[in-house]
Amino acid sequence: MELPNAIGTPLKAGSRRAWGDRVFSNLAVAAGVTILALLAGVALFLLIESLPAVSASSSELPGGKSLVDYIAPLAFGTVLAATIAVAIAVPLAIAVALFISHIAPRRIVFALGFLVDLLAAIPSIVYGLWGIFVLGPAAVPVMEWLEAKLGFIPFFEGPASATGRTMLVAGLVLTVMILPIVSAVAREVFSQTPRKLQEGALALGATRWEMIKMTVLPFGKSSIISGAMLGLGRALGETMAVTIILSVSGGVTFNLISQANPSTIAANIALNFPESSGLAVNTLIASGLVLFAITLVTNLGARAIVARQNIQ
Amino acid sequence: MGAPAETTALLATPFGGPLWRRKAVNWAMTALIVAAFAVALIPLFSLLFEVVKRGVPGLSWEFFTTSPRGVIGGGGAAHAIVGTVVITAVTAAISVPIGIMAAIYLTEYGGRGRLRRALTFFVDVMTGIPSIVAGLFAFALFALFLGPGIRLGLMGSVALSVLMIPIVIRTSEEVLKIVPNNLREASYALGTSKWRTIVKVVLPTAFAGLLTGVMIAVARIVGETAPLLVTTGVVDSINSNPFEGRMQNLAVYAYSEYRTPGVMKQASYDRAWAAALTLIAIVMILNLAARFVYRRYRTEIR
Repeated sequence: MELPNAIGTPLKAGSRRAWGDRVFSNLAVAAGVTILALLAGVALFLLIESLPAVSASSSELPGGKSLVDYIAPLAFGTVLAATIAVAIAVPLAIAVALFISHIAPRRIVFALGFLVDLLAAIPSIVYGLWGIFVLGPAAVPVMEWLEAKLGFIPFFEGPASATGRTMLVAGLVLTVMILPIVSAVAREVFSQTPRKLQEGALALGATRWEMIKMTVLPFGKSSIISGAMLGLGRALGETMAVTIILSVSGGVTFNLISQANPSTIAANIALNFPESSGLAVNTLIASGLVLFAITLVTNLGARAIVARQNIQ
Repeated sequence: MGAPAETTALLATPFGGPLWRRKAVNWAMTALIVAAFAVALIPLFSLLFEVVKRGVPGLSWEFFTTSPRGVIGGGGAAHAIVGTVVITAVTAAISVPIGIMAAIYLTEYGGRGRLRRALTFFVDVMTGIPSIVAGLFAFALFALFLGPGIRLGLMGSVALSVLMIPIVIRTSEEVLKIVPNNLREASYALGTSKWRTIVKVVLPTAFAGLLTGVMIAVARIVGETAPLLVTTGVVDSINSNPFEGRMQNLAVYAYSEYRTPGVMKQASYDRAWAAALTLIAIVMILNLAARFVYRRYRTEIR
């Protein structure tokens, strides 16, 4: 990029060319600064609008609870739903990524990648409708079975919901939603595993699975972790699917298959915001700020892992 | 010193067990991976099947041409379609210039400066903002100046821009990066200034890729519900002015038809599914068109 200077220097200041260059480069810088200002604005305006809820006494807030008592169960629900999603999605995503990068015939790889990307493109409202009308009813017998056979585990204590509007179903829908993200990150790195490592393993007589276990998985380990955290960030902030599916009672419970579930921060905002006014709005915005902070920490963690991998 | 022992250990460990067992494990793991892939695709096919099956009954001429204004428990989604188009267009009008200019800054001007590093980092941060938080931001911004009851199409566009800008930057940056340097240098050698080089050489070369990126970004935001729920409100009549009054859109329409069904419950659910089907169709067409544009019109770069 030194060349433009070589041509640029002899120009007299104020000539049309230098003028055009200056305007254009200033525009480019302005666009960059605008974006930084926008992001600062997101944090700033959320903070300003949540201050009234922070300074208000607990009797004025919705439910007559203090701000912390209001947000804590929601944060619990948020983390619980996202954890279910990540726990199921990560093994599946590794399998999907391995299938596309190492097992599927070359000719159909492109089409398979397209199918998985399609999952990512479907709007969350559609996932919500599918979850409540299709997956929920289909999951009822499964949850009854879980209650009967595995009821001694706190997760499946029951009583099993008859409508399927449970934490487990919400978690499953989130699983489907984050699967493409996690598998895309893993697939990218799996397919970059150095050929000489893979061929070396095969030349030593390894079977394909042994080759994958010895070369591909160790090579892609950090990408799996960072993909999982990106997926976690997405699941934490996902709104509509949870809003539609989950039947909420507000308590804190690990029971995944009953009718009484803790809500999530995002779903709680979507449910209550349209009908709220005054301090209730400030309270919801404060909870949004907490959600922002949680996802921020998660995403930064993912980036840090990727960055460390790149250095090595 | 310990080299011989280590070598023996290395040779012995990787493939323990008899050959038949290793082959069986290999077969089992392959079967497991294939099965997991099949399981992962079940939701996709189930979802597409159900959306088409349940969405088609609600589709009608009326659905696309009328609004529910003055109709009890009926009407179509024309107001939502108008709203979706207007909100998406305004969002694109805000996000595309900012996003592409920022990408130009990153690839052509940034060098290794501090602003460049900050921008790269914060665009990553921005990608992770939950959509509902983007909606709350737009609400907080406008409520501070225009009062807490405010609902505008423009607010929705501002919220969606927070989500769209990072996508546009990411894809544009990738595309601009692969424009070969010798094209730029050839242009400089002819005495062309830097900005004319960017406008006349770099951008045309990257055009198909940029267009593809914009289409994919539009496909990503066109189905957003949560940020619009808190910014544009719910309304029954057609409104095409983003600067005044509430505005409906397809995603929020689908949600509210489900949430608050009319007297004829099934008719409302039919309309919700019809709106979902319309949304999926829009998203698919955008994605397929993006792929087509990229394959058909991209400049061959050797």
